[in-house]
Amino acid sequence: MTHEREQGFRMATVPISIKPPETAPSSSAAQLPVKIAARDLNFYYGKFHALKNVSVDIRQNCVTAFIGPSGCGKSTLLRVFNRMYDLYPGQRAEGEVILDGENILNSRNIAQLRAKIGMVFQKLTPFPMSVYENIAFGIRLYEKLRRPEMNERVQQALTKAGLWDEVKDKLHQSGIGLSGGQQQRLCIARALAVNPEVLLLDEPCSALDPISTAKIEELLFELKKAWTIVIVTHNMQQAARVSDFTAFLLDGQLIEYRNTGTLFTTPSDPRTEAYITGRFG
Amino acid sequence: MERHFEHDLEELKERLLWMASLAERSVHRAMEAVFEKDQSLAEQVLEDEKVINDMQIEIDDRVMRLVALQAPMAVDLRFLFSASRINNDLERIGDQGVNIAQSALRILRHPQVKPYVDLPRMSELAEGMVRDSINALVQRDAELAKSVLIRDDEVDRLRDQIFRELLTYMMENSAVVYPAFELILITKNLERIGDHATNIAEDVIYMVAGRDVRHLAADRR
Repeated sequence: MTHEREQGFRMATVPISIKPPETAPSSSAAQLPVKIAARDLNFYYGKFHALKNVSVDIRQNCVTAFIGPSGCGKSTLLRVFNRMYDLYPGQRAEGEVILDGENILNSRNIAQLRAKIGMVFQKLTPFPMSVYENIAFGIRLYEKLRRPEMNERVQQALTKAGLWDEVKDKLHQSGIGLSGGQQQRLCIARALAVNPEVLLLDEPCSALDPISTAKIEELLFELKKAWTIVIVTHNMQQAARVSDFTAFLLDGQLIEYRNTGTLFTTPSDPRTEAYITGRFG
Repeated sequence: MERHFEHDLEELKERLLWMASLAERSVHRAMEAVFEKDQSLAEQVLEDEKVINDMQIEIDDRVMRLVALQAPMAVDLRFLFSASRINNDLERIGDQGVNIAQSALRILRHPQVKPYVDLPRMSELAEGMVRDSINALVQRDAELAKSVLIRDDEVDRLRDQIFRELLTYMMENSAVVYPAFELILITKNLERIGDHATNIAEDVIYMVAGRDVRHLAADRR
């Protein structure tokens, strides 16, 4: 049976032909190996029990954020990872912190540990030296390099930190003369220069303006391709923006540790929900 | 400075466009199945429904996460809000395509009521509205979106016209009541598709210009 359609009225233009979107590979961040882990970690400032039986797996090549109210133990936990507490008498850690199969709480070579696990602080800490020397100083503690090799290492570190283009013409000017955001990236470059495996960032953007903060946050997306990053931040939105996993701490305890997207949309613990919705803290 | 967030927004937009492509294809194939009495084409539409439904869930999940994790403002916030609503309308367009395909299957072996004259016109109008509303989204073109709003009246008029015509045929010949009734249902589906395209266009205007033009008279949009 035939049918006819009105003359001159073309039926159906070809529908929109758009390629199906690429789907992400099936492996997720949760399947990445564990780079550094705390097991039943307890920490004491003298008699004060600051961390209570904390166990957490930090995934390789991911950004993990520690969030929680002031005094919850997030910076304490961070600082245990590179044995910063060793500098202060009366502070002690019990339990395990496993890096590549070794409990680093028993490590003897602390300097080497702190090269492996670099740290960047909230307070901007460029050395009172030139930009070049800020980077070279740390390298010289571990390696003897000739000038051309040192030049290359300095350039690599500044490039990785997203700073090279801004300072390549003023390498011999004082690092303290840089802007706040540049100084912090200089500190990141300094940490990267000694080839760490893990980078610890303790509220790295607290002292920075929004533009500099955004630059540091974008930098983290690049850095995690090569390094494992742990960041402490009191800015929940920052944790939401930059991290793959988020750990919520309260009163020295790890309350919840999950994929960031899940924690900020459907947290399983009511205390987590109360904190991230601003109902306390 | 390009933010990582931009990449996430682009991925969301890609999926929204893919969803639109699937929804429009569903309607197009369903109407082809009616005109060509093509059973396999109608069955293909029914099979594709799951893909559209799955994509709706994925898009809504992405929107939710982006809102939660990025705290978007201004145009980004309006885009995400609109994306969720457009997602819903596209899924409903897909459902209408399924309904049309089911009607096509039911009237396969029935005699054709009359030559198809206004039904292809109505179908192309509705499909065009969907296509242009999505193009308006892609191009952030509020004027193109407005042109979609104007066409809805013509779709509604054609629905009424076809209904009157089919009613006449049904009164004259009881043998065609069943297929004629299915055709009336199809015009209803097409009219709903036009409404959903109108919704999408209104969301595009909101996203681009920040103006909520819902429920406004044509001359005030």
